[in-house]
Amino acid sequence: MASDPLVHLVDAVVFTNGFPLLSGVDLDVAPSSLNVVTGANGAGKTSLLRLLAGLVALSSGEGTVCGIDLAKGDLRQLRRRVGWLGHEGSFYADLSVSENLRFCATALERPFDQIDLVLERVGLSARANTTTRQLSAGQRRRLGLAWLLLRRAELWLLDEPYASLDDQGREFFDDLLAEVTGAGATVVVSAHDPLRSARLRPRAIHLAGGRVQGDRR
Amino acid sequence: MIRVAWLVARKDLRIEARSRVLLWQVVPFGAMALLLSGLALGPAHAGDSSAGPGLFYLVVLFVALLMINRSQVIESTPGTRASVATLGLDPAGVFLGKALALAIELWVTGLVLLAGTVLVLHTALHGAILALPSVLVTLAGLACAGTLYGALTAGGEGASTLLPVLCLPAFAPLLIAGERSFSAALGHGGLWEWWVIVLVALVAYGGVGILLYGVLEES
Repeated sequence: MASDPLVHLVDAVVFTNGFPLLSGVDLDVAPSSLNVVTGANGAGKTSLLRLLAGLVALSSGEGTVCGIDLAKGDLRQLRRRVGWLGHEGSFYADLSVSENLRFCATALERPFDQIDLVLERVGLSARANTTTRQLSAGQRRRLGLAWLLLRRAELWLLDEPYASLDDQGREFFDDLLAEVTGAGATVVVSAHDPLRSARLRPRAIHLAGGRVQGDRR
Repeated sequence: MIRVAWLVARKDLRIEARSRVLLWQVVPFGAMALLLSGLALGPAHAGDSSAGPGLFYLVVLFVALLMINRSQVIESTPGTRASVATLGLDPAGVFLGKALALAIELWVTGLVLLAGTVLVLHTALHGAILALPSVLVTLAGLACAGTLYGALTAGGEGASTLLPVLCLPAFAPLLIAGERSFSAALGHGGLWEWWVIVLVALVAYGGVGILLYGVLEES
């Protein structure tokens, strides 16, 4: 690799309640790259993303993400530098779309005028005052993307982002991934299958049993 | 810390205003519990206001447990928890914000219940007014302790049933001192010694929450 990897894991192991979620992952991720982590249910895709987000602790092995040591570093600092989109929905259901984004913007000390821009970018301007609970699954996913755009994170971690998106939504999502990686962000996406996009050429990392079993660049 | 506290408190109160759980579920439950308490006293004791403070705080305990649970449920969706965690908010500010929102909700409910105590249990109106400052401080203490213990049980198995078990010992000094203080306001004993206990408990739970909330969140 030409530059230092943004993610560097050596024999990374994560245990929760005595059960190994990751059992020795070796992985380097280059800056400004698009990476898709594939695997069956329980392969460790979400756990890997949670480890990279600083949401679960490294049980053994070594790891750095955005230059922060996963074992000894300040995980709160790491979390401020990553953007997370989970498959369960990532916001407060009883707040409106714009209220959720205002909460995020205030927390990150971003100006509110960015909110209108990101809502327009994800096609939710007309839904700005709709309570999030009333959005469709696809619209919630777009709200999650708006949240990420507002954050301007270095590392985007997207857990099953294509779930519940129609073809138009997938195309929109592909455009956005191309745009953000082009702008310098690094993206790691989890999916059951490799991306079907003809335009994107992501690196495909296959997980099985909590380990990397295949890596196609 | 103050900026984060204000942000979190406004968010929790806005969610409460939108969902109306407090208005349509918690306050009616508290009012019914108070009414049943009055009925349990029977006609022979209907005019005996000495039972009022104890029954008031018993009902406050029930509604406080409901509201603490509700306060944690707001944050408990796995996706929301992860997304908010990646905002890197100061945990001391989050604790203060959640405790402030919970305290405001408890104050609103407490005022309704206090009025109910006067109406249903025939507690003297002037005594209830004198007791108001100590009630507000006691409820703020319950909000701090409840926010702390709510974070301790959040996301765990059986959180909603574990919460009352853990909270009761923590609430005990506040409830006892609050009840004694209320009784003192009605003319049954000294007031200030109980006030001191309530204030010390409020400061202690607030301080511990500011220091430990981040550790509890991480665990």
